[in-house]
Amino acid sequence: MDILLQQIINGLVAGSIYALVALGYTMVYGILGLINFAHGEVVMFGAMIALSVIQLLFGSGVALPPAVIIGLGLAAAIPSCMLLGYTIERVAYRPLRHAPRLAPLITAIGMSIVLQNVAMMIWGRRYIPFPALLPVNTHPLGGAVITDLQIFIVLLALLLMASLEWLVQRTSLGRAMRATSQNPAIAGLMGINVNTIISITFVIGSALAAVAGVMVSAYYGIAHYYMGFMLGLKAFTAAVLGGIGNLRGAMVGGVLLGLIESLGAGYIGDLTGGVLGSNYQDVFAFFVLILVLIFRPTGLLGERIADRA
Amino acid sequence: MTPIRWYGIALAAILALTGCNKGTESGSAAEVVVRIGSAAPLTGPQSHLGKDNENGPRLAIEELNAQNFMIGGKRARFELVGKDDQADPKTAAIVAQELVDEKVSGVIGHLNSGTTRPAARIYSDAGIPEITPSATATDLTQQGYKTLFRMMANDSRQGTALAEFAVKKFGAKKIAVVDDRTAYGQGLADHFAEVAAADGATVVDREYVDDKKTEFRAILTAIKSKNPDLIFYGGMDTQAGPMIAQLKTLGIGAQFLSGDGARSPAFIQLGGAATEGAIASTPGLPLEKMPGGAAFAEKFTAKYGPIQNYSPFAYDAVMTLADAMQKAGSSEPARYLPALAAIKREGVTGPIEFDANGDLTNSAVTIYQVKDGRWQTLEVFGADTAGR
Repeated sequence: MDILLQQIINGLVAGSIYALVALGYTMVYGILGLINFAHGEVVMFGAMIALSVIQLLFGSGVALPPAVIIGLGLAAAIPSCMLLGYTIERVAYRPLRHAPRLAPLITAIGMSIVLQNVAMMIWGRRYIPFPALLPVNTHPLGGAVITDLQIFIVLLALLLMASLEWLVQRTSLGRAMRATSQNPAIAGLMGINVNTIISITFVIGSALAAVAGVMVSAYYGIAHYYMGFMLGLKAFTAAVLGGIGNLRGAMVGGVLLGLIESLGAGYIGDLTGGVLGSNYQDVFAFFVLILVLIFRPTGLLGERIADRA
Repeated sequence: MTPIRWYGIALAAILALTGCNKGTESGSAAEVVVRIGSAAPLTGPQSHLGKDNENGPRLAIEELNAQNFMIGGKRARFELVGKDDQADPKTAAIVAQELVDEKVSGVIGHLNSGTTRPAARIYSDAGIPEITPSATATDLTQQGYKTLFRMMANDSRQGTALAEFAVKKFGAKKIAVVDDRTAYGQGLADHFAEVAAADGATVVDREYVDDKKTEFRAILTAIKSKNPDLIFYGGMDTQAGPMIAQLKTLGIGAQFLSGDGARSPAFIQLGGAATEGAIASTPGLPLEKMPGGAAFAEKFTAKYGPIQNYSPFAYDAVMTLADAMQKAGSSEPARYLPALAAIKREGVTGPIEFDANGDLTNSAVTIYQVKDGRWQTLEVFGADTAGR
């Protein structure tokens, strides 16, 4: 039982990170009908920028508490990613606003490759370690073990998700975003500056991505130029699982995917009687996705979004 | 003349000019240029090991060029042709073909077993001798390639030494085995599990990752439930480091054991404080017991920084090739290959002699442990060493 609990804790933490990244995908899809494949790379950039700042501060020997160092790393990463997200939208997607659906999709993939290579040129191809800043305090929890970092990640993710929910449901900006995602043309007629709203959506998504990037590099201890690819793919899967275009769906999908992966990796050997080993954990996660889509094509919480011509 | 006549003459002229520069032995009459290829992952997660594997030959070649080395009555001028195989078997095959096309006289490479496997075939077909300083998968030398030689003991020997240590010296009764499904990791882990089981321990869990993963908590939690005394990981340092860190945060107290892939400074850097007490092996003698170890370490670290793992072996590989060329009086692969196969010399790393398959007859394996943030020698297993 305690092992199950441990797997659940692991899954929740990974899932919170997936959820944060999935929100970026789902918001952009909801408003533009575009899958922003470059989003995983924005996460990677957030992690790399923050890690560079953190390593600089850590290596310089300045006596700052770890929280301040990480805070400074975040303070560097979040505006940079917001700028990056804004730039990607202006440069790569806005010119193709009225192009056939395929063009922005290919552009997104291309943007992803460009960002990976820019990161490779800036930071090289090695794995950059996260300095040993954070104290590893473990707390026993019903037989399982949870660390401070894990608690922090889950709480921060919940806070951010709640804030986003509040923003979208309770503010006029959020109302404008919802209106734009329902019908951009009519929203424009109602006095909403559609371009501004779209840019703000990208910026918010990228800010969340920056935080997720710092979480990932702190949790796994390393960052490298290629980390955005698999993470982006899994987060996109999580968004689809929950219902793409649906904010709550992204949150649920993310957490669910994390849990499925964790439990799958832990129990797949027992479930299949040793036929499949734990190296099939990714297969397990995608297999669940396929099953969900067969029986519920719009995802778990998804409603059919009006087709944009 | 008609245009086509002009083109014909121009083409012939160009071909004549470029044709002049082909051939392996060029240079002045009293000098022979010997090109040695080096293949290792120079970029990517293993680049620190790959660069180490390239710098060893670089140092060797500098020394050879400085000492008026004679081959067949001519002064030899060595050149290094370094290539990046990114630890990827597909890239390795391309790189191997490039080296063959550039007509190198010998190759030091590759670093990983997974990359050496396809490359060895290409070198064998071209007849170019290859010495690998670090690829330890046992079956590499069992494919019948006459041109492949190894500079350190293979995984059969390493896995056996590790298993004997784990069961007999450390006293582990329940062992969990994890590997990264690469040619090296899987081979080593399988052999380790086999010998450990034969020695009386129980393998309570068998888990797998791949060589790109950084999240191990799920499988480590599953391992925790089986309560092993010792966890063995067959794979490289860029994963062993995060793995041991995550192991400790999950509160798993089992001893961590791994092979030569994890025994590098990068492991300690990536895993942090959690690596204290971890044990890993490297085939060959420890640096302090190597006949030329201290002198090599001094020369190497002055130029290239700390030794990562295999550079002494790569250095010895070049010296061995050079020695064989000198004995045969030629740097042509076909002529010096027999001398290489029969060679018997004392290298920096110890006695060098190859058996019929190309394996090193000296099969020492050293076990190290992380103490005070550094790898320190724990024990040496092997035929021709003083300790046991």
